[in-house]
Amino acid sequence: MRVEDMLRRSAAAVPDKTALVCDGTRLSHGELDALSDRLAAGLAARGLRPGDRVVVLMENVWEAAVAVFGILKAGGVFCPVNPSAPEDSLRFVLDNTRPHAVLTQARFAARCGRAAPLIAAARATAALPEGTTPLEDLLSPSGDAAPAVGDRADLAMIIHTSGSTGVAKGAMMTHANMVFATCTIGAYLENSADDVVLSALPLSFTYGLYQLLVAVHAGATLVLHKSFAFPTEVLETARREGVTGLPLVPTMAAVLLKMKDLRPGPVPTLRYITNAAAALPSSHIEGLTALFPGVKLYSMYGLTECARATFLAPEEIGRRPGSVGKALPGTEFLIIDDSGHQVAPGETGELVIQGPHVMQGYWQDEAATRAALRPVQGRSGTWLHTGDLFCTDDEGYLHFVGRKDDMLKVRGEKVAPRQVEAVLHACPGVAEAVVVGRPDLVSGHVLHAVIVRSSPTLGERDVLRHCARALPDVMVPKSVEFRDELPKTASGKVARRLVA
Amino acid sequence: MTDAVKTEIRSFIVENFLFGDTDRPLDDDMSLIENDVVDSTGILELVSFLEERYGIAVADADIVPANLDSIARIAAYVAHKAPGEQRLAG
Repeated sequence: MRVEDMLRRSAAAVPDKTALVCDGTRLSHGELDALSDRLAAGLAARGLRPGDRVVVLMENVWEAAVAVFGILKAGGVFCPVNPSAPEDSLRFVLDNTRPHAVLTQARFAARCGRAAPLIAAARATAALPEGTTPLEDLLSPSGDAAPAVGDRADLAMIIHTSGSTGVAKGAMMTHANMVFATCTIGAYLENSADDVVLSALPLSFTYGLYQLLVAVHAGATLVLHKSFAFPTEVLETARREGVTGLPLVPTMAAVLLKMKDLRPGPVPTLRYITNAAAALPSSHIEGLTALFPGVKLYSMYGLTECARATFLAPEEIGRRPGSVGKALPGTEFLIIDDSGHQVAPGETGELVIQGPHVMQGYWQDEAATRAALRPVQGRSGTWLHTGDLFCTDDEGYLHFVGRKDDMLKVRGEKVAPRQVEAVLHACPGVAEAVVVGRPDLVSGHVLHAVIVRSSPTLGERDVLRHCARALPDVMVPKSVEFRDELPKTASGKVARRLVA
Repeated sequence: MTDAVKTEIRSFIVENFLFGDTDRPLDDDMSLIENDVVDSTGILELVSFLEERYGIAVADADIVPANLDSIARIAAYVAHKAPGEQRLAG
């Protein structure tokens, strides 16, 4: 089965059931299937061939869901990019994937320039930049359903993730990878056509994208929100739509728990909450359990390279709140030391993963692929080296310890301190800079920049403004400290660990 | 008084979310969320600021775009919640 076959099946099984609710638009499974057929025909008519990449630069709009399935039905490979990504990240994806088309919204069309033969933008309210096609033109009725193309071994998606050196890498996922992950997640969450999932996670991130895929697979309904900034509104939508599933990241949990007037059980129909992207602090677990009595809470761990790696069965969370559970059914994990040997239970090592959900490698990046997908001594096949340090408890449940490299999670997003430091080094008046993470209950980590000035007049605000212009919000330091010198290692490199 | 409140709110936003970057367009009616000026943690900071500066209690039900998603809306909300507010000149 390919990814789009999941939609074809749900459209056949529950054609009139609502698949997507977004900004007042409601699409049934049948309508989502038909619209994506039209888009596939529109893309094929404009020269898209199987294997061609298509960048999707969209917010949580219904057109993004149509784009994902339409591209796949045409045999294309979709490459999601969050519109809040800074210009150089977008540029990198466009240069790296050399797409045949970019599908976007009118408000972002100018950012795409002439990066692809076809730029199509939805929701134009004024003239589009020259050479940009209204996306609606690609959705005109074509008559026939899109013919089946390709097979499950084909690439379906290239999704970019930041590396510790600051250079992005495009994880290549096949249809088989994605269908396996979708079915497995849907099975442990016990999703059915009765589910209504409300997601404010961006569709351009794995965790958000899989809300769509799992809902389509189950014949369920996905209610998309653009932001979690106004939680009262989110909860109102949840009540109105009879929401049964609520995927969160810790920052969203913190926002909910900061509400003052909320009584327990604000969404009577809610069946489960999931957490991923960063560890849920135990105070959040207690808060959510009290606020949503009887609601199952799934603590999960995943990474872009395999979508989801582990989950903790909800009945275990009281007993081991710090655990993210065990590997997905049908997959395996090991914890290894630096020399590649398995560590004893209780000892810390790097988590490595094997299974049908693991990516094929990084798009046109042999070196990074070789580093991530390697054999493990005494075991067959290659294993995804996650770079995350874990240990197991005496019953084999996984507990996150930290990162092998310096990567941090800020509001659930991976941040490479070195990338922030590169921007700081380009700031006039900065001689040396190092960025460290500090624990924060709302954001997980916040960034703290320690700087040696070359200009005595340089102030905190100058530094932050410089960063805000060049970096996305999550990468802008929260605080700045000026010092006369930075601690160095014997070889003269700045010692990040000594700075913190 | 709304103009004075608007000015204060604008400076809070410019200072805290744009780090003093006055080059970035920021109309009174511009959506702060849609334009990525403020995010979910930023709204929490904004609410704390309004509560402290104007001595008002912002109920959960008030944390909605109609009250907080532009400088003009925030100023109108503050004017509604604290009509007797006289400390602005200070």
